[in-house]
Amino acid sequence: MDMPAKPKQFPLPSSLKVVPGTERAQAAYPYYTQFEAADDQRFWFYNSMHFPEPMSAFDMVTAEAAYCALGASNTRVHCLPTTLGIDHRIINGRVYIGGNAVTDPAEIARRLEEFKQRAFYYYANWERLYTQWREKMMVLITSAQELPKPQLPELEPLANVHAGLGVASNHRLLDIYQKTLEGYFRMWHHHFEFLLLGYGAYLTFFDFCKKAFPEITDQTIARMVAGIEAEIFRPDEELRRLARCAVELGVDSHFGKQLSAPQVIETLRTCGESGTTWLKELEVSRHPWFNINVGDGFYHYHRAWNDDLSMPFASLPDYIDRVKAGESLHRPVEKLLAERKQLIEDYRELLTTDDDRAAYDQMITLAHRVFPYVEGHKFYCEHWYTNLFFNKIREFGALLAEHGFFPNAEDVFQLTHYELESAIIDLMTAWSNGSAPRGPGHWPPIVVERRAAIREWSQHETPPALGVVPDVIDDPAIVMLWGITRDSLDTWLSSADEANPNELKGFAACRGVVEGTARIVKSVEEISRLQKGDILVCQVTNPTWAPIFGKIAAAVSDIGGSMSHAAIVAREYGLPAVVGTGNGTSRIKDGQRIRVDGGRGIVTILH
Amino acid sequence: MTVSDAHFIGWFAELSLADRPQVGGKGGSLGELVRAGIAVPPGFVVKTAAFEQFLVTAESASPLRALVEALDPDDLPQVTTVSRQLRARIEAAPLPPDIAAAITRSYRQLNAANQAAVAVRSSATTEDAADASFAGLQDTYLWVQSLEQALDKVRSCWASLYSVESITYRRRHGYAEADVAMAVVVQTMVDARTAGVMFTRSPLTGDRSVMAIEGSWGLGSAVVGGEVTPDRWVIGKITGEISVREISDKHISHAPLVTGGIQTLAVPDAQRQVACMNDDELQALRTIGRKVERHYGRPQDIEWAVDRHSGSILLLQSRPETVWSTRDAAPLSRAAADPSLHVLKIFGGNR
Repeated sequence: MDMPAKPKQFPLPSSLKVVPGTERAQAAYPYYTQFEAADDQRFWFYNSMHFPEPMSAFDMVTAEAAYCALGASNTRVHCLPTTLGIDHRIINGRVYIGGNAVTDPAEIARRLEEFKQRAFYYYANWERLYTQWREKMMVLITSAQELPKPQLPELEPLANVHAGLGVASNHRLLDIYQKTLEGYFRMWHHHFEFLLLGYGAYLTFFDFCKKAFPEITDQTIARMVAGIEAEIFRPDEELRRLARCAVELGVDSHFGKQLSAPQVIETLRTCGESGTTWLKELEVSRHPWFNINVGDGFYHYHRAWNDDLSMPFASLPDYIDRVKAGESLHRPVEKLLAERKQLIEDYRELLTTDDDRAAYDQMITLAHRVFPYVEGHKFYCEHWYTNLFFNKIREFGALLAEHGFFPNAEDVFQLTHYELESAIIDLMTAWSNGSAPRGPGHWPPIVVERRAAIREWSQHETPPALGVVPDVIDDPAIVMLWGITRDSLDTWLSSADEANPNELKGFAACRGVVEGTARIVKSVEEISRLQKGDILVCQVTNPTWAPIFGKIAAAVSDIGGSMSHAAIVAREYGLPAVVGTGNGTSRIKDGQRIRVDGGRGIVTILH
Repeated sequence: MTVSDAHFIGWFAELSLADRPQVGGKGGSLGELVRAGIAVPPGFVVKTAAFEQFLVTAESASPLRALVEALDPDDLPQVTTVSRQLRARIEAAPLPPDIAAAITRSYRQLNAANQAAVAVRSSATTEDAADASFAGLQDTYLWVQSLEQALDKVRSCWASLYSVESITYRRRHGYAEADVAMAVVVQTMVDARTAGVMFTRSPLTGDRSVMAIEGSWGLGSAVVGGEVTPDRWVIGKITGEISVREISDKHISHAPLVTGGIQTLAVPDAQRQVACMNDDELQALRTIGRKVERHYGRPQDIEWAVDRHSGSILLLQSRPETVWSTRDAAPLSRAAADPSLHVLKIFGGNR
């Protein structure tokens, strides 16, 4: 799709057409997510941070459940004074979102009083509520783990009959499915219980620092706030631990870049006691820390390390080499903490008044208080719980495939969650009646058609935004979560028609200047194309990519702010990175030589 | 050094800002820096006592200070005439023998190891006061090659106290002439590979957490005089993070002439767009800047140079920053009764 010819205006939603031949696939998305005429009056932007690739019909539940919960928290739970929730629309598999600002001063004032009674209570009781949050999440995770595998025996087991259960196995399918879906929607409510408040407290400190020190870099503020022992570092730390174990146990020679994970495991299983000891250590790390997926939790095919060990095993040989070269691979936690403390004190000393120092102390204290949640929640929500959710759906896929609804279990993700329920009820009905389900005659061509549509959609660029650019972006949720400001919109607009065609601007995530070969990686499957010294150019990175950070020279992403996980992890590994370039993956061509200036947030295409 | 030498001469290491009435602003400042362990080119100050004694001799011939005090600063023709007369008188008058002897001994001591050129700089007692941008109104002579020249230039510096600009400035600000005296700094010249200036806060935003460094090839006069567009860096004072790097096309450089003075050279093409400082040097400069700023307890405006032969970074001059320091008073925020109230800045609803 072309960028608009007129400057300062993105295409209207009504001008954005469904790619010819994919109309039926587009129609599968619920009616309330289709653009309508009135949407031309509003401003929308493509949420490529969370949904960088066209979404399959089932995966759209990740948008629906998330916006349901985000909106409830903003609009009705904490009552943010100036904003309600976020609407979403789907076209060509892309998710566009638009905020709902509150502009009436009287309404803002009313909501402000509510906000103080609600949000301030959370800030004042943060530790207790966060402890409670973790308990709630563990209950949710445990109940998801305990949901049985959906099965249909030919006859109801005798034991069930004698126990007088009174409900048959087909009913249990619906029960499991609805509980699975309910749990997923519930998880998103937990996810947003603290998130906006956490980001808000962090940004309060950020905002103050930018006023007190107009030229301070985003990453310096981030370093003052960032936690040292956050959950997001743990999966990678476990890999380092396993690399040390392998060397200590003398089994390191069994790992190699050419060997697959099953090959290595088989060798270790049969090579004697040291091998089995290492495999036991692997199990310790896997539960729970390998419950991290290789994406951001929004795509069914971003599998968890636990489900596909190739990602963690791909980085073990490098870590083993480093251990053998004498590196401990331990994170110097005490040193990092001392450095953070010193940084905060040094900046404090530069403030010129006692009033400023007092305010600074309050703001950094609040930021440190909320930040463990901001950094930690993703592991529990987008990773651990989401993996359980998609795997349960996968079990339904296997059951339906077994009954001929479609060839492969994975095809289940081509159905919306409504359609999946109807397919389950179809199977339940057929099982109860002793007749054949209708699904096998219905779903196979639809699955083929939708897979083709996604392939087609992924070949088309989609505009970064739609509609009239507002004068100001004053929706704190959008600024916080997506880092989108009026400035960034202007950059998106201007990058199409003016400026240096060889220069891209983004957020400075981690300093350092590096030149190298660009590798455009649009999906996780392509990660293996990265050679040592390459520069990763991707739509969005996330913490599970950390192991490859040792291999690449720099990272560039389309989306992300200075506090995005890509930025946090890049800083942790000292990897020069520019995030939030808007369109790096389309402007940079694979194999081009580029220069990344991570301190200035500039990427230059050299040739 | 004889007792009479100590009356006229002060070596940097012996001086501090408290000696400003005797050694002027520049001299006192250099003494302070040496005491704080910051490397500056070595040198000494010809104290105001020498100037005063010289002036007594001159005044005995005909009045001098009284002529200045009678001037109307807005009467430029008259100021110009008096200035010209006074400068000519001072430059022509012989140095009293004891002063000439003291300077000669000190010059030879400074120059014992090599035949390096010296700078002869005015160091007025009103100069470099934090509240008066008086700097630059008196003369500085660079690349002075011999004792004879140095002795001449000392008198020229004294004479520059009676330049049109200096007189006008003093008359406008109502300084009593009796309170104004001139010391002279005699300091080894640095044959600079690279030189420039450094502000220990942002000149653009006043941000105290960054330092702005500008530098170019050769002597710093090309940068200070605005004859070349320097390379420019912004460095985090605390983090050392280099957030701005502007490497410019440095077409000319200043270099010392064997015959004395400065020549302008074309920078070879291959060097024009090469950064004149590497990152290690920038970090070393940052450390110096922090030290100087801590020493004075306020942001500084610094001139520096990298010695072509030793590679060491020397501080040529440091003055308090004057533009932003007047704007620091108002606090941005203050403690809130409930710390949560701070978040309303972000969530809206105007606190």
